[in-house]
Amino acid sequence: MAKDGELDFFTTRFEDVINFARKNSLFPLPFGTSCCGIELMSTLASGYDMARFGAEVVRFSPRQSDLLIVAGIVNLKMAPVLRNIYDQMADPKWVISMGACASSGGIFNVYSVTQGIDTVIPVDVYVPGCPPAPEGLLNALLRLEDRISKGDTHSLRRERALKHAHSGDAK
Amino acid sequence: MDIRKPVATIYGYFQDKFSPTWNEQILKLRESYGEAIELVVMPMESNIDMPTLTVKKEKIHEFLSDLKNNYQYSFLTDFTATDEKDDEEFEKTNHRFQLVFHLFNTETKARIRVKVKLSENESIATFIDLWIGANWAEREIFDMFGIQFEGHPDLRRILMDMRWEGHPLRKDYPLRGYQIFLTPEPLDPELLK
Repeated sequence: MAKDGELDFFTTRFEDVINFARKNSLFPLPFGTSCCGIELMSTLASGYDMARFGAEVVRFSPRQSDLLIVAGIVNLKMAPVLRNIYDQMADPKWVISMGACASSGGIFNVYSVTQGIDTVIPVDVYVPGCPPAPEGLLNALLRLEDRISKGDTHSLRRERALKHAHSGDAK
Repeated sequence: MDIRKPVATIYGYFQDKFSPTWNEQILKLRESYGEAIELVVMPMESNIDMPTLTVKKEKIHEFLSDLKNNYQYSFLTDFTATDEKDDEEFEKTNHRFQLVFHLFNTETKARIRVKVKLSENESIATFIDLWIGANWAEREIFDMFGIQFEGHPDLRRILMDMRWEGHPLRKDYPLRGYQIFLTPEPLDPELLK
């Protein structure tokens, strides 16, 4: 109700309200395996304060989180573990690949390191840098929030891809 | 400033301090072991290094226990191996691997390095009876180079996946020899007992 007593309301879609809520209450799961994890901690701490963007409740259980931040090297031995954690997270879920090692293997092009986590799980936003500055991660978070507000989730994307594949079959 | 002049670092100080005792100890060791000590490399003057003794495989256990018990080199800082396949001497001597011990004297704070040469497929007795900490170091050497230690209680891979084939730090292992496993490493049923 407005100050002059008039009824004040606006109409919107239910989906938009849901997306607004999702984008402003992300629960990150930190998968910090090396030095990027330190930058991630710095981003979460009071200096840069990721809480300003609604992503301060760090959860260490995949069941309780919806944003996986992979910060650091993922070895071949660790790759199935990462896949397990991703599968355990409930949909809707998003993934940020933080740093050169997580995005591409970085300088470690050897027998023991995965060449980018996108060989194992789908990734929404990549953050370049070795390690990236906290501003980089915050920028990635804002970009991800933009995409969430448009209703972009992994399951929706999967559905779209399936639809596309079926329409391709019909031709 | 003369750059060739030794800089008074803490290590350089130790180097000058230890040179006489090293010389004394190595002379004494050469007297008692004779031909078993194949090669002695002393650090260059004002160089931050330690003497390197290459000992024959037959005498190495006796030699190390002597260093540990009678010369107070009682702390095993590092125990690792190298693959000398690309070395020129490999074709002549057929000694492919070198085990490298870094020892630390807990009383005088001096260090010393001991090497043993091994040919391919040659095994060596375990060093756990001297240093209990050699257990995991030997597992790592087995994992990375495939060197067998006789008498080791639990010689299995420590870093790589237990389903891995080959030994990745060997010179003939391809640098990008990926082996992809889709499931996590299965737990060893022996560990559950």
